[in-house]
Amino acid sequence: MTGVGRRTLLRTGLLAGGAGVGALAVSRLSDATSAPSRADEEPPPPAHPATMPFRGPRQAGVTDDPQPFAAFVGLDLPAGATKDTCRRLLRVWTDDIDRLMAAKAPLTDLEPELAEVPSRLSITLAVGPGFYDAAGLVPHRPSWLAPLPSFTIDRFDGHWPQTDVLLQIRADSPVAVAHAQRRLVVGAEPLAVQRWVQRGFREPLTSSRPGMPFRNLFGQVDGTVQPRTDGADDALVWLGADGAPAPHGLAGGTALIIRRIAMNLDTWDRADRVARENAVGRRLGSGAPLTGRLETDQPDLRAEDELGFPVIDPVSHMRRAMPAAPHERILRAPYSYDEAPTGRQRSNSGLVFVSYQADPLRQFLPIQRRLAEADLLNVWTTPISSGVYAVLPGALPGEDLGAALLA
Amino acid sequence: MTCTPVPPAHRTKRLAEMATLALAAATTLASCSGSPDPTPIPVASSPRPGSAALPPSAQQGGQVTLQSGWAKAGSGMTAVFGTVVNPGAKDVTLLGGSSPAAADVQIHSMVKQPDGSMKMTQKQGGLTVPAGGSAELTPGADHIMLVNLHSALVNGGDVSLVLRTADGANVEWTVPVRSFAGAEETYAPEDHR
Repeated sequence: MTGVGRRTLLRTGLLAGGAGVGALAVSRLSDATSAPSRADEEPPPPAHPATMPFRGPRQAGVTDDPQPFAAFVGLDLPAGATKDTCRRLLRVWTDDIDRLMAAKAPLTDLEPELAEVPSRLSITLAVGPGFYDAAGLVPHRPSWLAPLPSFTIDRFDGHWPQTDVLLQIRADSPVAVAHAQRRLVVGAEPLAVQRWVQRGFREPLTSSRPGMPFRNLFGQVDGTVQPRTDGADDALVWLGADGAPAPHGLAGGTALIIRRIAMNLDTWDRADRVARENAVGRRLGSGAPLTGRLETDQPDLRAEDELGFPVIDPVSHMRRAMPAAPHERILRAPYSYDEAPTGRQRSNSGLVFVSYQADPLRQFLPIQRRLAEADLLNVWTTPISSGVYAVLPGALPGEDLGAALLA
Repeated sequence: MTCTPVPPAHRTKRLAEMATLALAAATTLASCSGSPDPTPIPVASSPRPGSAALPPSAQQGGQVTLQSGWAKAGSGMTAVFGTVVNPGAKDVTLLGGSSPAAADVQIHSMVKQPDGSMKMTQKQGGLTVPAGGSAELTPGADHIMLVNLHSALVNGGDVSLVLRTADGANVEWTVPVRSFAGAEETYAPEDHR
């Protein structure tokens, strides 16, 4: 079900709309300091080019293999912000992101060396409901760009509220993430002010095959069933794909849901391996369904053990998350977090859940409702924040991000 | 003065390309946007009276461009930074100029004072950009000063300025305005020294 094994370059090249964009990325890798030379002089593309293309109809960082380090930065527009504020903010960030993703320093950067190490940096810009208020675009706001309904399992503590803008910054290097984050946040003031940062990590791609599902801090393989990222499932991920109508100014964008899920490692430690596998419905080692051998095997929901109990628990995470209809699928790119414990905590760990989908209400909400009603994993996990954003379409050469939205 | 020679091959190539473009523009005016690999864009504008009659060789200064230029957001007085590139065969000296946003445009540099502190002063003789080379305008060193701004320059905006060269050409640049925490230098006007 996944686009496993597709090369990132191929993906980004295809998704950006042509081989030319891919060729540019290659030339940047081969000599980051020289002007791009002709594509026919370039060697074959490496598995993961060291810079990712910024310009194109879609932003990077959605269907690309997730880099091992990420920062999600929530920012708010200042009081009294107008459409002009929004336009200037996106102008500043477009130029900064264009440079940073090409491993070049932003205009005001006095530490260019920190920007000049190609680290497959992707910066993805998304806007929240408040952006539409400031820009005077409320009538154009998509119905899904609003807080999700509250679920009984939610325990929001107010630290990571919905914001007007979200920066998703991912790279192979934590230095690249930290530097980009600092430059983008400082460079945007006073047009946007940082509210929170969520940092995350996942295994480096070199230690697993590209596209391999993520393993969370419970040791579970997460993300086996994903929409394909080779184009076949574009209508599930991208707004306006396959001729579908898109909200005003968002064709080529997507909806991003970010939820911070605290994971109680102390109580998880008390569960034996059988209980852990039962909770998720999959083997911890292979990620295979309890009725199968391979991660990609279809689960047999009717299989029973010798006592007549279902092999896959009806309230296991996998069973509850399974799509009830073909469109109930979302593209997930979660990151683990493991912050310094405070007070008497022994650990402060969890998941920065991130998903992309064309329509959160139709695709995400039914799944989340089932999980909130019953999911054995809820014993150990607690959602502590939630946000919904519209990822803007990509910026074509000479264009600023959000040009169509603010036109 | 911080004038940077241009030895690397790739840079020489780029300069050669830019020189061709600048010559093709056949104008003494050029501007530069803030895009990562700016190409000089000719600005449609009338040459100054008097300079139009000068032979092209006398207007070498019109070819200089500002790469990765930007102005610090602020009010009162502020600075413009970037890399001034001179693709021509003769040195070009920028003397000062004007801007619709400010009362005056001056070339400044940072000079060590008798007490050891660094203060900025107007640069005597202007800023010379060597033929085929470039000069850096950076916080804490040489920069272009916009003096007595008519109104505050805001992050994400634009500001235009015209620089006058020693050989009588005018170059017009429009640069993006950016928030910047540095460049808080103290100004030491010459009549106070």
